[in-house]
Amino acid sequence: MSEDVWSAQDTNPDAIEAALRELLRERHAANQGLAPARVLNLIVVVDRSWKGEISNRLERVGRYHASRTILCAVEDGRDTLDAFAVMSYDERAGIGVIREQVEIDMGPEHLTALTTIVDPIVIAEIPTVLWSPHGHDEAVEALRGLVDVTLLDSDDAPDPVAALAKAEDELNLAYVVDLAWLRTTPWRERLAASFDSPGRRASLASLDGFVVRHEASSTASALLLAGWISSRLGWDIRPLESANGSGLRGRAYTNSPRYVDIRLEPVDQSVPGLAGVTVGWQREYTLSLDRAQGGLHAREASPARGEQGWLVLGGSRGEGGILGEGIRQSHLRDPTYGPALRAARELSINVG
Amino acid sequence: MQSAAVATDFEQDNPLIAGLERLPVRPTALVIFGATGDLSHRKLLPALYNLAHEGALPERFELIGVSRSEFSHDEFRNEARESIERFSRRRPDQNVLNGLLGEMRYLPGSFDSDEVYGEIGKTLREFDERASEPLNRVFYLSTAPQFFPVIASKLGDAGLSECERAETRIVIEKPFGYDLASAQQLNAQVLEVFDESQVFRIDHYLGKETVQNLMALRFANALFEPVWNRNFIDHVQITAAEDIGIGGRAGYYEGAGALRDLVQNHMMQLLALLTMEPPSSFDADRVRDEKLKVLEAIVPPSPGDVAAMTVRAQYGPGTVGGKRVTGYLEEEGVDPHSRTETYAALKLHVSNWRWAGVPVYLRTGKQLARKVTEIVVTLKPVPHLAFKNIGSVGVQPNQIILTVQPDEGVSVSLGAKIPGATMRIRPVNMEFRYGTSFLSESPEAYERLILDAMRGDATLFTRGDEIIALWAIIDPILQAWKADTTSPIPQYAAGSAGPAEADALLDGDRRWRRL
Repeated sequence: MSEDVWSAQDTNPDAIEAALRELLRERHAANQGLAPARVLNLIVVVDRSWKGEISNRLERVGRYHASRTILCAVEDGRDTLDAFAVMSYDERAGIGVIREQVEIDMGPEHLTALTTIVDPIVIAEIPTVLWSPHGHDEAVEALRGLVDVTLLDSDDAPDPVAALAKAEDELNLAYVVDLAWLRTTPWRERLAASFDSPGRRASLASLDGFVVRHEASSTASALLLAGWISSRLGWDIRPLESANGSGLRGRAYTNSPRYVDIRLEPVDQSVPGLAGVTVGWQREYTLSLDRAQGGLHAREASPARGEQGWLVLGGSRGEGGILGEGIRQSHLRDPTYGPALRAARELSINVG
Repeated sequence: MQSAAVATDFEQDNPLIAGLERLPVRPTALVIFGATGDLSHRKLLPALYNLAHEGALPERFELIGVSRSEFSHDEFRNEARESIERFSRRRPDQNVLNGLLGEMRYLPGSFDSDEVYGEIGKTLREFDERASEPLNRVFYLSTAPQFFPVIASKLGDAGLSECERAETRIVIEKPFGYDLASAQQLNAQVLEVFDESQVFRIDHYLGKETVQNLMALRFANALFEPVWNRNFIDHVQITAAEDIGIGGRAGYYEGAGALRDLVQNHMMQLLALLTMEPPSSFDADRVRDEKLKVLEAIVPPSPGDVAAMTVRAQYGPGTVGGKRVTGYLEEEGVDPHSRTETYAALKLHVSNWRWAGVPVYLRTGKQLARKVTEIVVTLKPVPHLAFKNIGSVGVQPNQIILTVQPDEGVSVSLGAKIPGATMRIRPVNMEFRYGTSFLSESPEAYERLILDAMRGDATLFTRGDEIIALWAIIDPILQAWKADTTSPIPQYAAGSAGPAEADALLDGDRRWRRL
């Protein structure tokens, strides 16, 4: 990739926007085959000291880069704006796409009026996504009218219950893409596939066990998966309780005389997200899916056939891939997140 | 808390699929005939790897490769690994690749041998037993076309054309027939064994995102529909130009020629999608009904009209990309007296209310100046030009250009004022490129088509009556060209835009768009 850069100290949004236009004009004059991507604005609000870490994560999103990324780095004591703009492109391609990234160093007092800084810089008439991984609620509030999608990660917060509550608040104001929810996607897809054949589908009415194994800090993902199946199957759920320090446990009631035993179990795992899931039905049948090299290891147990195992193929996206997927999902609308989130909140209401 | 209302009749609907981008595919065993062939190595196996990587393959997926080469399972797996590592659009994750290869089986043997089908049946039953349920079967015929009827018939004889409590499908590669009679015969042979709903005839062009986007452009935008008819459109050009020769494919190409190779299938599909009426839904049969209707509205040229409505030619020596290249007749494996065309141009008319009087020109050729596949819709000129007296030589009719490859996108040419004191107009382009407007890269056509075949979605496959309609348009041209053994075949210099004779096809002031 090649880059054109511009920087200025003690600058203002008009100058930044003019610099972007000039960089674009110069590059286009030099190579008409290069066109600016016009898909998505991404506004990221971060602590200045963690700017490098966030930039690295954004670098790893692969092909799902936003068209224009505006990284607002907040530094205590600063009262001026310093800006650095970079325009990246692959000159070897016949027709190529230009991506733009602007980093603006700013002070905390800028945040309440952040919209006046960012609005002149975003590309008009394309969706705008906001990601504020280090809190900065005043920035989120200030940008409310400007953004279409809020990107967040409920697994990132130390308190999953508060994180889910915040996600629900956000959902009332904008479309939410929750990375914790995206970590459940392969599991939702596989569970849907496992119960898709007409013969197996009927078993959904007689589920009696649902166990989610998760990395210790990914309780929110586990709650969302449990919330998802509860909401999809119309379970009457009860709040989960702590299971003597080994996770959470509770019940949900279905139309059948049985209840569903729900358990969320933290396990050792080197990456965030879920580690496995076990579904039981009719007291005698279980299906487990667990992370394995090259996909998910499936194990099924039944009285007639005993235990069988096989590999369900699939490559891991990694955490960089999750963020990229979050950016991509900003263009889509998933109607099942809201009900799953509300059910997850209901499940976690007694979790202290 | 009782959650929001959801479907509770689980036997009818799977409530877990709502909101998922990737819908489940039922457990499937895929049997590839011709598994050691070029298509399998370059396209099918890499496509399967990419589907596996994305977690899009069914939860239970088994693959059997069948070919004449005497390989062991491991030798086949090694070959498959090599192909996937070389041709996959993404670098393979070794864990996923090992998982995929680990499940592959290989059965060597002749396609007409009963023993081979016995082995296939036995292996499929083993898979069923292991999965404790019958897997869907997809038989993929990636062989030379003469084996298509043989394999279909042998599958029927071996009782493999259907399976209790599971679906059985057959995917047939192109070319589907050699002419109208052979296509009818092949259709009859296949349909003797399989029901039409089980047959998936592949034209991989239909799996390309840009070809599907042709439908989105037409039917998701109110902008185009009002002008998409004879009142506003002057003519249409469909071009599929290649800047390479026949390579080492003389054996195939001598028997096929440009008309069979590209026009009868890919280009006619583009024509059908461009001119069909809006389907009432995007169900496979609704879309294919509309394509069939428009194909049947194309009047095949009568023998007497062929000379006036078509041009065939061969490339002679020339320069392509700065390199001297030989002519077609000097290519290795080509009969020096060959009359096979490497270039074909046609003028067709769609005889219906919407398109009456609008000529559609198609051209394809090898060793042309540039590689490009595009559709150009030229609108009629404005009825009155107010700027005529103050220098408006640049005013041109609007064109809508849909580029299929290499740079996928749509552009619209418009007249715009040249900056300055006088009202001078020249054409400018308004361009849309996929790369600038979407985050994701397009999957390979074969990934989409294999998945659709496993799902049983035939929207992007050619139906039996459609294939016959396609051949019915092309067959009179083939017959007339075959009967004419004396007229000289026009030559064009390699690296040029094609033969001068093709210019005569265009009526009035019309010109081929520059390659």
